[in-house]
Formats: sequence, C-alpha cells, structure tokens
Amino acid sequence: MDILDIYLLEALINGILLGGVLALLSLGLNLVFGVIDVVWICYAELIMLGMYGMYFLYVVYQVPLPAAGVVCIVGVGILGVVLHALVIAPLLGAAPINQLLATGGVLFFLQSAATVMFGIEFRNLGLRLPVLQVSEMFISYSRLLAFGAALGGMVLVYLFLSRTYTGTAIRAIAQDREIMALMGVNSRRMYLITSGLGGGLAGLAACLLVLQYDVHPFVGLSFGPILFLICVLGGLGNFAGGLVAAFVLAEIISVGGLYLDLEWGYVFAFAFFIVMMFLRPEGLLARRS
Amino acid sequence: MTVVLGWIAGAALVALPFVYSAPYPLHILVVILIWAFAYTSWSVMGRFRLVSLGHGGFMGVGAYVTALLWNHGGVTPWIGIPAALLAAGLLAAVVAYPCFRFRIVGHYFALVTLALSGIVLQVIIATRDHTGGSLGYTPERYQGGDSLYALQFSSKTTWYLIALGVWAAGLYIWHRVDRSMLRYALEAISEDEDAAAAAGVHVTAEKLKITVLSAMMTALAGALYCQYQMFVSPETVSGIAVSLQMVFAVVVGGIYVSLGPTVGAIITILLAETLRISFGTAAVGWDNLVYGVLLVVFIIFLPKGISGSLLDLWRMRSPALVRRTPAEPAPGPVTGRGN
Repeated sequence: MDILDIYLLEALINGILLGGVLALLSLGLNLVFGVIDVVWICYAELIMLGMYGMYFLYVVYQVPLPAAGVVCIVGVGILGVVLHALVIAPLLGAAPINQLLATGGVLFFLQSAATVMFGIEFRNLGLRLPVLQVSEMFISYSRLLAFGAALGGMVLVYLFLSRTYTGTAIRAIAQDREIMALMGVNSRRMYLITSGLGGGLAGLAACLLVLQYDVHPFVGLSFGPILFLICVLGGLGNFAGGLVAAFVLAEIISVGGLYLDLEWGYVFAFAFFIVMMFLRPEGLLARRS
Repeated sequence: MTVVLGWIAGAALVALPFVYSAPYPLHILVVILIWAFAYTSWSVMGRFRLVSLGHGGFMGVGAYVTALLWNHGGVTPWIGIPAALLAAGLLAAVVAYPCFRFRIVGHYFALVTLALSGIVLQVIIATRDHTGGSLGYTPERYQGGDSLYALQFSSKTTWYLIALGVWAAGLYIWHRVDRSMLRYALEAISEDEDAAAAAGVHVTAEKLKITVLSAMMTALAGALYCQYQMFVSPETVSGIAVSLQMVFAVVVGGIYVSLGPTVGAIITILLAETLRISFGTAAVGWDNLVYGVLLVVFIIFLPKGISGSLLDLWRMRSPALVRRTPAEPAPGPVTGRGN
C-alpha cells in the first residue's frame, strides 16, 4: 500500500474518533437549545471547569479515575442547574439574544475565575495511555476510549429521551412550549432536569477531553467555536443533524490538518461551513420547505 | 441648549492635550477613544437587534491588512487603510448576504458571526509565516517612527487628536443613521421581518447596508489601534474575546444611546487600568471576572445600560424634555423572535 494512503487512512480514522467526541459535545448544547431555546455560549467553559475538576480529583486528591469521572459528571451537571436557575430563569421572558449575551457574561466569568483560582499554567493528568498499532497506523487508546464513551453517552441520552416518562415530557416541551404547560407538564422542573443533563454531558465530555488535552483557563476557546459551528450546521436543536455535522467537520479538520497545519484544517472547516450556509441554511438534514 | 453644551464639550476635548499632556493619562484617553469608536461601530448595527459576534474579525482584518500591506508591499496606510476597509466590507457582505437572504437571524446570526471571528483568528495564526501568528505583529518603523506618510507619530497629542476626530466621526455617523430612513426600515425589520417586507422594505438590502457600514467602521478602529500601538496580536484585535468585549461594553454603557458605547469604553478601560495599577500582576483575570458578573447583572436588571437608564430617570424628572422616543423597542413581549 502506498505510504500516503496509510497516512490518509489514519487521518480518516482519527477524524471519526474526533467526530464522536464532537458529537457528544454538540449533543448537550443541542439538548439545551432544543428544550429551553437558549444557547449556552459558555458551554465550553463548563467543560473546562470539569477538566479542572478531573485534574484536582485525580492528581491532587488521588481519587481513582472512574470515581473522579462520576464526581465530575455530577458536579458539572449541578453547575448546569445552577446556571439555569441563576442566569437563564430570570431571562426566560426576555429577547432570546439577551439570554445568549448573559451566558457570554458567564463565559467571561468562568474563564477569569479559573485564571484567578488556578493560574494560567497548562496542567494534565500525567497519564500515558498506550498507542494501538494497526499495521502502519498509530491510534491512541485515549481517543478510542473517548469515542466509545461518547457513543455510550449518546445511546444513554437517546434511551432516556425515548423510553422514560420524563424523557418523553422533555421531548414534548421541545415540540411545543406553551401547550405542554396546559397538559400538566411542569416546565420549570423539565428545564432544570434538561440543564442538569446538559451539564452532565459537558462533564462527560470533560472526562474524555482531559485524557487527551492539557487543561488551562482558555482551553474552551479552542473547541468552543467549532462546537457552535457543528450545532448551527446540523440545525440548532436537531440531534441527528448535529451528529452528521460533527463527523463531517471532524473529517475536514483531520484530513485538512494532514496536508497542512492543524489550523488550516480549522480554516477549511470554517470555509465549508460558510459554503453550506449558502446551500443549506436551515441545517444539513433540514427538509426544504 | 444641548447643541451649545456639545460644542463646549467638544472644544474642551480638543483643547485638553495643549493644557494637560501627561503621557499616561493621554495614552489612556487615546485608548478609550479608539475603543469607544469600535464600540460605537458595533452599536450602529447592534441596536437593531443585529447582534454580531464577528466584529472581532473585522477589527482584525482592519489591523492586519493595513500592517501587512505596509510591511510586505510598502503601501502607505493612506491607501492601506481604505484597502483594509474594503476587505472588511467585502468579508461582511460575503458572510452576511446568505444570512440575510436566507433569514438567518437571532441566535443563528450570532453563532454564524461568532464563527467568522473564529475564522479570522485561525487564519491569522495559520499564516504565521507572514503575520507572526500568536506572537503578534509589528508594522515597520519609518523614519524613526514619526511620519505622516507612514501614519506613525511619536507624539501622544497627535494621536489624541486623530482618535478624537475619528471618534467624533463615529458619533456623527451614528446620528446620521439615527435620522435616516434606514433606521426606520431597520426598526421595522427588527420588530417583524415579514410585516416590514410586506410594507415595502427591502429587508436583505437594508440589513446588508448597515452591516457593511458597521464592519468598515470596526476595521478602521482596528487599523488605528494597530498604528497607535505599533503592535497587534490576534488575541487583542480579533477572536471571540474581543467580540464579546464589544457587546459587553455596549450593553453596560447603553445600546440605544449615542454616547452609550463611549460610556461603556470609559468604564471597561478605567476598570481594567485601576485593577492593573492597584493590584499589579495579581490582578490578572480579575477585570474579566468583574466584567462577566456585570454583564449578567446588567442584562437581567438594567438591559438599557447605564446611560439609557440615566436618561430614563432624567426624563421622568422633567417631562418637558420628552421629545420623540429614542430608538428602542417597545417593552413587553418580543415579537419576531429570532429563530
């Protein structure tokens, strides 16, 4: 086999693995948007706090990794609930753009709170997970693990939304906010549950990302923009669209980064995004009206 | 009465550096004026509920195109700045046209423009061989850094007068827009696009006009900032942080009042400087911490910003001064929700 093909194949596989994690990230954001109609601009910063949580639990307090993961998921979930109760709930009646800007304020706050509390050093878990070698390709276990956990998380959320009573109520709220209140659904409670779930997904994402990347106060800015691109490209609130968009953009980044620098992968992804805005402004999977 | 007061204030501002010219306060004033102009540029479109988070990108284009043309092509900023403004206007049109044509509004528009500022940041970093990447970029000094041809001045007073002039021009544009048919068209659009279109407003064209105007003004702010500081880095003039900072300052200062963005610039820059001077490096991060909390508190409790709320108070106390209502949407449930 030609040597270039091996690299291309490796890039394609890494793209799929990256796509799984990005899909998980966009799932939480999409869930919150679909149900509450709010975009959490600070979503990536919640993940950043989760990554710090993992770092302190595992490195400083020597908590075993799986237990730290559970604490982290629950902790960020609670943060999601607090965010909703403190910032979003008072603004539910305001113009949607105000809610978006308020979470922008939370982004500033969380970033600088992390800077003040933890400093700007890069920290990592110091874990060295082995690298899997398939013929000439190298694929890291941490990516495989992240991909597997992301898929598992998505399946769990899917089962929760489709099989449980609460999940059904949440989907119903997403379809019609006004009517469901008349049907006896407590929308305030559903919003809090959704925020907790969205935060929990951010926590799960944090556990997976911290295995591969260093954590620092501005780490959110490195994957935040791509996350919003995925959600808009898939159609805000459209779970399946977000999934497809995550894999498409991840492949572009991964393959584009193979031939040029990683930043160019991002530039191509952005360019692709703008072209798609012309072609399918309602999202990849939207039906044309 | 207000006109006379305005002329007196203007004359005082022009005379200021000749009476008092300590370098540090003058430097702070220049920075405040340049950012106030940038924030005014954002609010020119932001007040019509066209919330762009891409203005960091336009500012970056203004700064880098001017500096790159000067360093690599030897093109004087007198040509470089118009070229940069054209580039920013073109970029704004390319991104905004599909948005407006296909009715991408509200959340979607904010996120698409957010992506735009991300693109500009990544392109600057990716082309690090020419732009210096994250390390920043310096326009080459010409004749000891004091030349009209290269738009480089060592005297702070000169820069103060330039920044003052540009800032005043920004306010003038704000007022021209405020008194134009464009404003009425855009207000109608921000209330209800379908109804506006039915009433004969060309929705896409009107939105495109204000967006391109706003983007070009922002690019000018970026170019001026670069020429004044003689150094730009991707983080200071482009990217999401700068875009959010613009929104923050305008919301705090007051989005529907012409001097609102200026009030926002004064507050944010004085806050950052005070924290920096009183706490030194221990204050790293604290200014943004305060900004973040203030932004949330303002949006929840004082959505009209400081100057807007003060103006309301003033009007309540002296009803004789009530003239026409300023350009702010009627209270109550928002129609034409953006999605």
